Amino acid sequence: MTHAVAQPPVADPGSDERLARRSPLRRLLGRPELGALLGAVALFVFFSIVADAFLRAGSFSTVLYASSTFGIMAVGVSLLMIGGEFDLSAGVMVTSSALIAALTAYQFTLNVWAGVVISLVLTLALGVVNGVLYVRTRLPSFIITLATFFMLAGLNLGVTKALTGNVASDSVRDMDGFGTARAIFASDVGVLGVQVKITVFWWLLFVALATWLLLRTRLGNWIFAVGGSADSARAVGVPVARVKIGLFMGVAFCAWFSGMHLVFAFATVQSGEGVGNEFLYIICAVIGGCLLTGGYGSAIGAAIGAFIFGMTSKGIVYAEWNPDWFRFFLGAMLLIATVVNLIVRRRVERSS
Amino acid sequence: MTGTPLIRLTGAGKNYGNIIALREVDLEVSAGEVTCVLGDNGAGKSTLIKIIAGLHRHDTGTYEVQGEQVAFGSPREALDRGIATVYQDLAVVPLMPVWRNFFLGSERRKGFGRLDVGFMRKTTHGELAAMGIDLRDVDQPIGTLSGGERQCVAIARAVYFGAKALVLDEPTAALGVKQAGVVLRYIVQARERGLAVVFITHNPHHAYPVGDRFLILNRGRSIGYHTKDEVTRDELTGLMAGGGELEELAHELEEATGAHSPAE
Repeated sequence: MTHAVAQPPVADPGSDERLARRSPLRRLLGRPELGALLGAVALFVFFSIVADAFLRAGSFSTVLYASSTFGIMAVGVSLLMIGGEFDLSAGVMVTSSALIAALTAYQFTLNVWAGVVISLVLTLALGVVNGVLYVRTRLPSFIITLATFFMLAGLNLGVTKALTGNVASDSVRDMDGFGTARAIFASDVGVLGVQVKITVFWWLLFVALATWLLLRTRLGNWIFAVGGSADSARAVGVPVARVKIGLFMGVAFCAWFSGMHLVFAFATVQSGEGVGNEFLYIICAVIGGCLLTGGYGSAIGAAIGAFIFGMTSKGIVYAEWNPDWFRFFLGAMLLIATVVNLIVRRRVERSS
Repeated sequence: MTGTPLIRLTGAGKNYGNIIALREVDLEVSAGEVTCVLGDNGAGKSTLIKIIAGLHRHDTGTYEVQGEQVAFGSPREALDRGIATVYQDLAVVPLMPVWRNFFLGSERRKGFGRLDVGFMRKTTHGELAAMGIDLRDVDQPIGTLSGGERQCVAIARAVYFGAKALVLDEPTAALGVKQAGVVLRYIVQARERGLAVVFITHNPHHAYPVGDRFLILNRGRSIGYHTKDEVTRDELTGLMAGGGELEELAHELEEATGAHSPAE
């Protein structure tokens, strides 16, 4: 190696001094979660003022519960969106997963844990189907999961009616293992005298795991890369197809977990449920700063998005407004959050 | 430059069905040398790169790496022999930080699959600094760098991951004058570090200052293969433009304008 040629013109200590100029504020502004965080704070203050019941510990626990049921799904969906894809079947997949567990356990008179495991395997297989269809056909994931969405919605109703003669599964409340499964998936945990649903803790755990995965592992690097530019990722040796299939399986895993919560919280599963929820998950992710085009976003942002969702859905009730307004609010929130994200990102890009 | 060249093509040719994309091309490049491949669009430059990079197999002639005959089945095999290709579109993910791009696909990890972030940040900064690019912040998205800088990051990455030979596909084509200068300086740096460089371009003014050998392609054939002491910049420009063709063209244009103006 020769060092005679064109030594770097700038001395090394200079770089540190210039780094310091980028203020912590600017760093914060560059985070994908910022818009969502501002929105969450604003909403929190707003509902604290207009709804007296909102700040009570009990109601806050309810808000967290509502956030967690959507937040758990938003974890998987946000990772998939960062990886550049959509899953429109996510909403009904939750119901499918719950039905699989409840129906198999009941029909074969198994311990419910057997149903839980069978459901896990089959739901992950659904994720694989979505992923492999996408990878093989190269059709937009939007179309493929739209197709699986309708197929699953039909199967949920058709199979349930064929087996039970009813639109709901039979109750698994009295079956073996229900108690332990309920403890894992749908129990209450006392925290400082307040009952908090266990899903809240699972949600926080999943968010933490997903954040670690995204920022501190090789797989996380690959997820950003396949979403940001799949061709470039492939050119440097990233197994793009496997990452994408894995992301669809991640959504399936979250759907399985949410499905198990449904089964053990209510013991019977309504086969028509879940339709439309896929958009709510996507909204959580987008409010949280995920780009629709992929390659950018965070799991924490999606969690904040889910929290905004939970606050709005319950806050309207506590404020004693007509809950019909909820959807209007949600849409407005989505619009505001994405516009704020856009403005913040543009400003950061211009100044850097 | 003595010893066996790192890359040597002898009489290499490639057909796509009945289309002869490349025939009878010789090329060699040794460590610490730059061989420039010049040619107009459709001259066969990209076919030549694809053979060297391992994307396509040559149909005729021989391809030797360090004196050993090879026929690569995939770019990975070429990479394993130390031949790295940097394409025009760069293979970077614009929204990702510079250091993540630098290590993408070859991430360095410590226990439990954790990324060794500190090491990767430091290495990226160091490697780029060693090549004369001083980045303020390796955490900035690579999309915020200029085209020339991005090109340089892609090259530095190839060098860091053990490339012995660099194949650069039109690295200066989409760049302004200043940016192209940055990349050219970088090519010289790579040469000084002992790499063999194959530099594909259609600009003789970019090729002449950095090249040791020049291969000029036209319509899939070699129309000149010279070392630097054999040609001048003007001769190179002339060859590149098709020499006689250019004069003919000038003549034709003159006539055309001459014939048209009275009529109008």
